[in-house]
Amino acid sequence: MITVETYPSLREAAQASRGASFLGGGTLLMRAVNYAEEGLERLVRTTDPTLKEIRRDGSRIVIGAGVTMADVIRSQELEFLSSAARAVGGPAIRSAATVGGNLFANHPYGDFAVALLALDTFVVTVENQEIPLEQFLSGRDTFNGLVQSVLVAPAERGSLKFLKVSRVKPKGVSMMSIAVRLPPIGGRVQNARIAFGAMGPTPLRAKAAEAALEGQSLSDNTIEAAARVITQDLQPQDDPIASSWYRREVAAVHFKRLIQTGGY
Amino acid sequence: MAKKPLEFTLNGSPAAVFVEGGDNLLETLRRGVGDLTPKYGCGQGTCGTCTVLINGEPHLSCLTLAETVAGQSIETAASLADGPNLHPLQQNFMEGFAAQCGFCSPGMLMAAKSLLDKNPNPTREDVVEAISGNICRCTGYEAIIDAILKSADQRRAV
Repeated sequence: MITVETYPSLREAAQASRGASFLGGGTLLMRAVNYAEEGLERLVRTTDPTLKEIRRDGSRIVIGAGVTMADVIRSQELEFLSSAARAVGGPAIRSAATVGGNLFANHPYGDFAVALLALDTFVVTVENQEIPLEQFLSGRDTFNGLVQSVLVAPAERGSLKFLKVSRVKPKGVSMMSIAVRLPPIGGRVQNARIAFGAMGPTPLRAKAAEAALEGQSLSDNTIEAAARVITQDLQPQDDPIASSWYRREVAAVHFKRLIQTGGY
Repeated sequence: MAKKPLEFTLNGSPAAVFVEGGDNLLETLRRGVGDLTPKYGCGQGTCGTCTVLINGEPHLSCLTLAETVAGQSIETAASLADGPNLHPLQQNFMEGFAAQCGFCSPGMLMAAKSLLDKNPNPTREDVVEAISGNICRCTGYEAIIDAILKSADQRRAV
């Protein structure tokens, strides 16, 4: 038998959430509830309105963990993230799936977090601790607390490109997803970011490819040089959607297409 | 464990049921209130046939914890027809052979209603996107897309 506890503030929910499952948008947890997975006894949730906030904080934007993909698409301030939010499910999933939940979504889900990773996002815990997203993702399976929000620096128009590659049109789970933050063709590359989803146990950065581009002018030659080392830091797995071998073979192709055509 | 009382608005009328911890909205609508229009397909958010509108927004009722809808307004496919008169979407689904086995239809209709309520002038791509979370194994989708576009045309002509 499952019990549900609802708390008015995130802090109270956090105190009660030891040994319980935290219910956000429900797209991941309710599946487990419906299938009567073992170990689900207490669901903890909160009606804390701060989880739904989208607000500026200096040069960064605070996105509450409970902000949904539909909220992201509606927000003018988060226009740079709208293509990544649209990649998540159909409209009914997007009305429920949250930014906070996406950080924990295992492959084949979690595409939104790939875009956040390319933006050097910070995760803010309920204790107000700011953790770089890359570090957070590497330890997410053992993370015990609750996420309050993410802090993201807005991308300049056109600098963040996102692509979800899926085999079922118009919507299927991702074979891989890619987010890059780069200047336009011909521009000098500073702080290049290239992030992949479904190419490892969590979203990962292709750091060798980032290093190959750093300080260079973005051109066919430098993009080719980055493409040659694109899989060096990735750990693609075999799964029913694609083999590890196939993912390695096509990663460079999708990477180049994304930069040269701006997604498709 | 004690059951909890839950009140919400269903298709414009007040509804009250008792729910147990972990009950989803789909089961609550079907077994608690007796509205059998939303269907149980997969129980994991893949098929879309349980789609209902919560405050006008499409949601998967199988992935919605029932007690989170307290005080909110739910619309299901049962709200569409006015007595014997079908809703234009239903009429066009019927005339255009957009329903074969009919199992996906309640979800398709609610996803389509949500689209047309917000965007009375959708493109074909808008319609495809709106029903992208709804799976149909019979029709090949084209008849469904045509029926939704025809309904939009008729609504504009009125």
